[in-house]
Amino acid sequence: MKQQATDEVIDKIISHYDNDGRHALAVMQDMQDQLGYVPAEGLRAMSAYFHRSVGELYALTTFYKALSLKPKGRHVIKVCDGTACHIRGAANLSECLERELGIVAGETSADGTFSWEKVHCVGACALAPVVMVDSDMYGPVKVEEVPRILDKYRDEGGEA
Amino acid sequence: MATTTKAKPEKRAKQEQIIRVCCGIGCVANGAHDVVKAFDEAIEERGLDNFKIEPHIKTTGCNGLCERGVLVTILPEGGTVLSDDAIVYTRVKPKDVNDILDSVQTGEKVKRLIFRQADDFYEGQVFIARRNLGVIDPTKIEDYLANHGYEALRRALSMTPEQVIEEIETSGIRGRGGAGFPAGRKWRAAAENEADQKYMLCNGDEGDPGAFMDRSIMEGDPHSVIEGLAIGAYAIGATRGFLYIRDEYEQARHAVGKAIEDAHKAGYLGKDILGSGFDFDCEIVRGGGAFVCGESSALIASIEGKIGEPRPKYVRSSEKGLWDKPTVLNNAETLATIPYIMQIGGQEYAKIGAPGNTGTKVFAMVGQLENTGLVEVPMGISLRDLIYKIGGGVKGGRPFKAVQTGGPSGGCLPESELDTPVDFDHLNALGTIMGSGGMIVMDDRSCMVDVARYYINFLSEESCGQCTPCREGLRWMLDILTDICDGKGREGDIELLERIAKTVEDASLCSLGKTAPYPVLSTIRFFRDEYEEHIRDHVCRAGVCHNLTEFYIDPDACTGCGLCSRSCPADCISGERKKPHVIDTEKCIVCGSCRTVCHFDAVLTRKPGRKGGAA
Repeated sequence: MKQQATDEVIDKIISHYDNDGRHALAVMQDMQDQLGYVPAEGLRAMSAYFHRSVGELYALTTFYKALSLKPKGRHVIKVCDGTACHIRGAANLSECLERELGIVAGETSADGTFSWEKVHCVGACALAPVVMVDSDMYGPVKVEEVPRILDKYRDEGGEA
Repeated sequence: MATTTKAKPEKRAKQEQIIRVCCGIGCVANGAHDVVKAFDEAIEERGLDNFKIEPHIKTTGCNGLCERGVLVTILPEGGTVLSDDAIVYTRVKPKDVNDILDSVQTGEKVKRLIFRQADDFYEGQVFIARRNLGVIDPTKIEDYLANHGYEALRRALSMTPEQVIEEIETSGIRGRGGAGFPAGRKWRAAAENEADQKYMLCNGDEGDPGAFMDRSIMEGDPHSVIEGLAIGAYAIGATRGFLYIRDEYEQARHAVGKAIEDAHKAGYLGKDILGSGFDFDCEIVRGGGAFVCGESSALIASIEGKIGEPRPKYVRSSEKGLWDKPTVLNNAETLATIPYIMQIGGQEYAKIGAPGNTGTKVFAMVGQLENTGLVEVPMGISLRDLIYKIGGGVKGGRPFKAVQTGGPSGGCLPESELDTPVDFDHLNALGTIMGSGGMIVMDDRSCMVDVARYYINFLSEESCGQCTPCREGLRWMLDILTDICDGKGREGDIELLERIAKTVEDASLCSLGKTAPYPVLSTIRFFRDEYEEHIRDHVCRAGVCHNLTEFYIDPDACTGCGLCSRSCPADCISGERKKPHVIDTEKCIVCGSCRTVCHFDAVLTRKPGRKGGAA
């Protein structure tokens, strides 16, 4: 479960590292993991701690794909579009997700359950095509299996 | 170290058999943890006294044969899966564990689980970088030590740094990350630059889609990478190191992190290593998910906490790298090979492989292939042997169309080039590269224009945007390729693509930009007719480009089994059982599910817009 981005939580994440500016990326990764995104307050707090400008830190968040400035859904679906997955029909899985969830890659469903994105290779090419939901890996995935995979997380989402 | 193995001799009185369960990511996705649990439960249920030969379950890193997971192996003492009497079981499920336990007692193999292509798959493979994969438990340093672990570091520390560099130079090993620069020369350059601080780095930012050898090594044998890093650090005079590991590789980061901790405790890292007076420490840096950070200067910028933009290379990183200090960056596979070279000696290593291309290389053999997974072969083997012997040929016996090597910076080769020896130089001569060792086999259902578009799309998304030829050139190439795939290609597009490609190749700043047009240039070179068909005839012969494809069912071939209509996500296939089915092309979304599932090759493609009849 993701934590709320309070000042306290943000300070805790930042103070885990010493104030050497090189740790900025690591701090943002931790925010992404624990909060689900890198909040604006997080950037300002980091700016003060690392003595780096907010603009410079903002540039990092937009440069690195692992970071997001907007909160993601409770479950993050990654459709692998690496080469092996691509030639084994990953594009059809993406289309299927668009139909099932009613959102395009990079968006979050209205109820906040799912975000989905296309990623370039999760390094499980022998299982192509691969879909990852959070840290669970599925492969080889057939188009008709996608709804069933989603249902697993929908139920959990309802309870959470 | 002697104390850690003391507990064992008592148990050894009874004969033991180690049953190894692969827990690489592929096997985990196929339920490896359930198999381990089932083994543990079955052993407990039977009670150890009921075994003549005591079974021990050991979890290992990736065996490379991921699609056939879960893999369970029973290896001869000190052997690997390449050994003659190794037993390799594939697709093992929890329900199979009792049969495997029985077989250990009786000595009879479980025939239904045996990997039948084992002879072809393993013959010709030589494990160097993968020597411990599938053998040792990556979480246990004792296991690594029992397999000659850290002996190479001990040997290196007894030599002078100069001697270590000479050994690596003699071995002739070239960097396994892509460019193939001689590792020894890189080390020498950094060693010769005087500085108060130097850095030794590991590139574990395996960004090429279709390659996962570094991942398997870091997960399955992390100590060998750390040992290689420490040896390199000693040779160049570095006291600090960083392992830059890809964001997506969570399991690899855990494995390497644990290994660093254990190596510290055991005295292989830290102050005064093995009493030699040499200090070395290393830490992990988690990548941010940017392909360009696999490029050395971008990777260095990323470790410094900046955005990962490459810089011009007129000053090499061996002179001014991380924080402007002399720095060496080696790929994870290269580093895992270093301890082996230090053990057998550079001269012995140089006998493996081909002249100027010594040693072995790990390839990720994926795509439409019977045996997908990781293989390690001496360089100089032909593409044909790799694909047809080891790889088992094209999946389902379909016709071969192309093999793509070297990731996004590489190119596609057709059937006519299959006798090419696989090494750095021969592949370069054909307009592709060996790169990090991705090898993607494509059958007649892959569209080469779509493949080119796929790579250019990848590269244009991943371009850091710093220099114009790469940023803008790739965008324009993508627009043109997308038009061709959508059926909006125009005469002259191919020539225009070639012109832009040349500019990108000549004028980009970093090597990722310079090689970015290769997928387009190589597909135009070898598959120009497919481009022309898309542009002139508005048809995609592979049935991939949606606007240029219409699926129909051949009534003579269709048996009416109904598999296609059940798999159709658009519900557009109808027909009575045992009678030919029909696709409603108005409703069809051209996903190709029906073609994939059909056992009778009854789903065919034709130019859209024709009703009835054959194409």
